[in-house]
Amino acid sequence: MKVTREVLAPGVALTAIQTDKFKSASLSATFLTPLDRETASANALVPYVLRRGCETWPTMGEISVRLEELYGGALEPVARKRGETQCLGLMGSFLDDAYTLEGERVLEPAVELLTSLLLEPVTRDGVFLEAYVAGERENLIQAIRAQMNDKRAYAALRLTQEMCRGEAYGVDRLGSEEAAAALTPQSAWAAYQRLLSSAQVELHYCGSAPVQRVREALSPLAEGLKARRSGPTAALTCDARPHAGGESPREVADHLDVTQGKLSLGFRTGGADARGENYPALLVFSALYGGTATSKLFLNVREKLSLCYYASSSVEAVKGIMTVSSGVEFDKMKEAQDEILAQLEAVKAGDFTPEELTSAKQAVINSCQSTLDSRAGLEQYWLTAAITGSAETPEELIARLERVTAQEVAAVARGMELDAIYRLMGKEG
Amino acid sequence: MEERRYDKLGTRLFHGALDNGLHVFVDRRPGYGKQFAFFATRYGGMDMRFQTQAGWQDTPAGVAHFLEHKLFDTKDGNALQIMAANGSDPNAFTSFGITGYFFQCTQGFAENLRTLLGFVTEPYFTPESVAKEQGIIGQEIAMGDDEADTEVFYDLLNCLYAHHPVRTHIAGTQASIAQITPQTLYTCHGAFYNPANMVLTVVGNVDPEEVMDIAREVVTAPGTGDPARDYGGAEPREAVSHETSRAMAVSAPLFQFGFKLPDPGYGPERLRAQLIGDLAGDLLVGDSSPLYTRLYNAGLLTRSFGYGYEDYPGCAFFALGGESKDPRAVRDQVLAECARLGREGFAPEVFQRAKKAAYGGMVSQLNSFENTAVELAQSYFDGVDYLTFPEVFRSITAQDVAEFIRTWFVEAQAALAVITPGGGAA
Repeated sequence: MKVTREVLAPGVALTAIQTDKFKSASLSATFLTPLDRETASANALVPYVLRRGCETWPTMGEISVRLEELYGGALEPVARKRGETQCLGLMGSFLDDAYTLEGERVLEPAVELLTSLLLEPVTRDGVFLEAYVAGERENLIQAIRAQMNDKRAYAALRLTQEMCRGEAYGVDRLGSEEAAAALTPQSAWAAYQRLLSSAQVELHYCGSAPVQRVREALSPLAEGLKARRSGPTAALTCDARPHAGGESPREVADHLDVTQGKLSLGFRTGGADARGENYPALLVFSALYGGTATSKLFLNVREKLSLCYYASSSVEAVKGIMTVSSGVEFDKMKEAQDEILAQLEAVKAGDFTPEELTSAKQAVINSCQSTLDSRAGLEQYWLTAAITGSAETPEELIARLERVTAQEVAAVARGMELDAIYRLMGKEG
Repeated sequence: MEERRYDKLGTRLFHGALDNGLHVFVDRRPGYGKQFAFFATRYGGMDMRFQTQAGWQDTPAGVAHFLEHKLFDTKDGNALQIMAANGSDPNAFTSFGITGYFFQCTQGFAENLRTLLGFVTEPYFTPESVAKEQGIIGQEIAMGDDEADTEVFYDLLNCLYAHHPVRTHIAGTQASIAQITPQTLYTCHGAFYNPANMVLTVVGNVDPEEVMDIAREVVTAPGTGDPARDYGGAEPREAVSHETSRAMAVSAPLFQFGFKLPDPGYGPERLRAQLIGDLAGDLLVGDSSPLYTRLYNAGLLTRSFGYGYEDYPGCAFFALGGESKDPRAVRDQVLAECARLGREGFAPEVFQRAKKAAYGGMVSQLNSFENTAVELAQSYFDGVDYLTFPEVFRSITAQDVAEFIRTWFVEAQAALAVITPGGGAA
């Protein structure tokens, strides 16, 4: 596997991974822009409207036909967030040329489709088509409302909204329903122009083609992006808040018609994040505390005390936040919370065995190594690296993980400060 | 072991069998760092009534899933922890027809495989551990009761079927799992977890002979075969009822609309039936179909939409669903389009394109170790050689698919299940 990162034009970078491991190739283009309450919904709409039609393939039906001709390829609009960066783009997956029935090339026509969708949207009176904007605006509103359907994810979302109220991180990747409802062809077009003129663009390829062929195929896209840029690329910042905001954690509860409660706890990490020296220790800490089936939370809160169906921790390392999520009966919330915090105290005090440490390290290393075997994992890894400005390879990160000590894990644990508590309760509760 | 080469797919598959009837398949993948192993029994949520030497056994709903949880317990502790400590990522699932245990790792494969094969074949249950699990699974069931996606799917199955056990929640209910005792678990384990009713599939950069040797060393129980099961006799050909609706705490109506299909039986015809069902779905409501475009543009479907052909022992159905502001309108338009396609058939280029896309999709799915291992196991249980799908595709004609739609995608076979907003604050 050969990873190449190069700048194709100012603000436009390509990460190309050459490997013949996979039966299909990934191809994506992502705009990176600061997450902002004012623009988040408009930005989120852009990839979905672009995916509706371009000059060569003006309708979804025609795009679908084209994708089917390319052996059932996919090119999907995506709106994500990493830390306080909103990531908007089209992510593609296409059969690798090696497996086509007649030996046809798929990469070049796939890039052609991507280029046209990104740069040549169907317009009317100088802006997006009203019908496309109206349809995708409705879908965006529905997608925001539908976030409550998955109660586990919803509890995590509500926790970060409340905990990071005054920060960009408190803004959802899709923005808000109110902002979405106010979108027009003009405001969506303005967002598109802003992304073209100043957002950092990350192009990604992973497949059997050598980088020269990929670069050549992408050169019309890189040229097109270059021609549309004006001024400097918007810097990607992150409001690092290492400490909890108030004297005591903010507490919030919602009431819905559910039979099982959700308890989510949000922590500031005391400055440990993806950019820091202690990033490997942060990952190992989270695995040991609540990230695996040998973790403190799994063994004690779930298995030993049967308090929860699940209780796990996860880290958003770009921002520097840890969340603990659990599904728990309404009348056991207090008991579960006490136990979750007691287990954190244990890690802070260094009260864990060498076996627990080894197992946590193994789990993180295993997950890191598996990244190398997964196209989606590789795409996410290198996108995050582009945001944090890191050039570290998964192999190098693994080497750092191997060296993490018990002292470093306990030190990271001691930096954790509880900042918000979210409870999802029943209607009567 | 015998080696089978599937050159079009770039796959080398090794196959062998132990004397006790355990079949082993290894899909060797050089160049990868990870390995994936899947150990499965032909025993799922549907298998509640079955025959042992002692006669017919009636067991409560949810035993297969309960057993899946409890098998991780060993005399010395918990296999999950042992394997996690050894750097792997073990898990398990129970479907209607099978229960499977698996892990992925990047080191210590042999040791992890030994542990996997050991804990699945050596049951250890106590009254205390069963009681504790009733608490944990009770929570899982409570959580499932809030999952509208799952509920609407079961609602559809309850419309389509009169008595086939695919109607029953795999995890059971609070009341059904309360009846489970250690003896229930030992009885079911004894009947279904014998090597002749199981299969081991491995994907990754491993030595097939080493896998075979480890299986021979650990899985030493005698094979007693595939127990007879009772699924309640023949189902009526048609859907039992055609519509159901209820309210839950959701933001927009969710629906599943489905057609009851004939039991595809055992053997190669099953794969053919699956591919015809998949192609029918692609041509009817796939991304490039006129119907999908029409429904999407009318705001009747969102991107949450999905569809698929599913088959289990003794049954098969096709379902489509997602969110819609007007599920009945979707149903009516789908039925009208089915009638048109059944009448007019497909243009050759449309059909060829659909086949090309479906073929590319299935090849791409082989990227997933988990998907490949599960498909290999499932197809072994079904009497199918899964990796022959390129050849089976070639043999399917546009007439086959049009005939299938004309016969089965009709109102008499159909049912609509809807969950409406209104249960709770939205």
